[in-house]
Amino acid sequence: MIESRPAPPKRRPTVEDPWWIKTVLLAVAISFLVIFLLVPLITVFASAFQKGLGAYFATFSDPAAFAAIQLTLLVAGIAVPANLIFGVSAAWAIAKFDFPGKSLLITLIDLPFAVSPVVSGLIYVLVFGSQGWLGPALHDYNIRIIFAVPGIVLATIFVTFPFVARELIPIMQAQGSEEEQAAISLGASGWQTFWRVTLPSVRWGLIYGVILCNARAMGEFGAVSVVSGHIRGMTNTIPLHVEILYNEYNFVGAFAMASLLACLALVTLVIKSLVEWRMHVQEKSEEPVSSA
Amino acid sequence: MTATASIQLWWKRRILPGFGLTLGFTLLYLSLIVLIPLSATFAKASGLGWEAFFRAASSPRVLASYQVTFGISLFAAAVNAVFGGVLAWALVRYRFPGRKLLDAMVDLPFALPTAVAGIALAAIYSPNGCLGGPILALTGVRIAYTQLGILVALIFVGLPFVVRTVQPVLEDLDLEYEEAAASLGASRLQTIVRVVSPELFPSLLTGFALAFARAAGEYGSVVFIAGNMPMKTEIVPLLIITKLEQYDYRGATAIAVVMLVISFFLLLAINGLQRWSNAGRAR
Repeated sequence: MIESRPAPPKRRPTVEDPWWIKTVLLAVAISFLVIFLLVPLITVFASAFQKGLGAYFATFSDPAAFAAIQLTLLVAGIAVPANLIFGVSAAWAIAKFDFPGKSLLITLIDLPFAVSPVVSGLIYVLVFGSQGWLGPALHDYNIRIIFAVPGIVLATIFVTFPFVARELIPIMQAQGSEEEQAAISLGASGWQTFWRVTLPSVRWGLIYGVILCNARAMGEFGAVSVVSGHIRGMTNTIPLHVEILYNEYNFVGAFAMASLLACLALVTLVIKSLVEWRMHVQEKSEEPVSSA
Repeated sequence: MTATASIQLWWKRRILPGFGLTLGFTLLYLSLIVLIPLSATFAKASGLGWEAFFRAASSPRVLASYQVTFGISLFAAAVNAVFGGVLAWALVRYRFPGRKLLDAMVDLPFALPTAVAGIALAAIYSPNGCLGGPILALTGVRIAYTQLGILVALIFVGLPFVVRTVQPVLEDLDLEYEEAAASLGASRLQTIVRVVSPELFPSLLTGFALAFARAAGEYGSVVFIAGNMPMKTEIVPLLIITKLEQYDYRGATAIAVVMLVISFFLLLAINGLQRWSNAGRAR
């Protein structure tokens, strides 16, 4: 930027909106957010506690609730690491190398985001279900995938498939591969280069992708609903248990379970904001280095 | 010269290890999780035969559900385009207390599981809910268990898309153009219409398309508030589940294939729009 600009004219042409437009737009924006976001969020907690703490905690003493929490943790515990490994590996191949068909590959990785959750569940029913491709063979070996935990894991992996990859690919592309090449030519092994050079510089993007992936994995409803079979205490995740309690008119119970997921969403948003702030700081601190 | 350059390029490309391993794993995982199950669906549908497929995908009840899903999704995306645009403008251009908090809150629909949003919205807008009750008493309009309920849920899930696509473009937009327009005598309104909105249009349209695509496939937040009456408030994803529960796998597959084809085209359109809006930003 040129600092020796002529002194600004006395009356700068205004790019500010008049005060009344400002007030109207702000009022519209804030009421829109309050009505559509804040009221639902408050409703979850208000309904969960409407009959007091005792009723709230009674929900969690039900073994089926406990089983649902356990299953949700198990499913996320498999799906998130699987997609993390995939995301890192896809980002390494796409960002550090050139090959034909790269943009097609990036589009294909995004594909699960475009598919309706219900259809995401259905495609596994059509492969592994009793009417599906592999159904008869699986039946012979007494392996259950649909209406069992493996199906829930697969459907969850599908719907959270792109999160880590699509976060990492642009960051690693922007960083180029000069630093890695320097490390390799100085004698570092491939793994050393990845752990010591690549990973530290993409860590915030990685965390960002992982927490979003986790939030979706724990909260997925449509896809899991199709493959789960809704067996209480066996194949119910937290969102499915919320549905069952709600349909039984146990509103306090449904909202109490839902409040767990709402807390998860709030924690996710807080971590996300922190990571965004860290990424911003990192970008700023790296600017002089890259321009030098 | 070119030979050495290309050898250097080749060497540069190969100096990093792990290309075969990572690309191989990526393609394998992509095929197992995404491509093979998706093609199994298309294979299953083609096994139905053209006539049976057409009959299953276009019965009156199915046609009505397309109309409900796509019509209300379009409407919800349009509402989000208007309010999301206003919200992005307020967040970027105005300074007010609590701005950072509002900014963080915009992502809530991404983070809040759809089933949670669904039961919360159903409780709020039901005839004895905190908003549904007063609205019914004042205007006589029911929201929950009607098409308006579906609209509310779809506005909720699509809300972040427009804000998050318009916001970065607005942040990059140089104030100098607006200053120039103003100093040349344009009114604020003229400046907004002639200078600002052409710059924002591609991103606004991208956000609209993203919100629409998300709304068309949405299930969890809608089923609790929709009422789920066949021909009136039954969305396509719910109809697929209903068919599955009745062991009508053919019917479910046929409708799913229609949805898949539509979402592929939407994905292509959105990719094109994103390129357009990025090209605008790079200028």
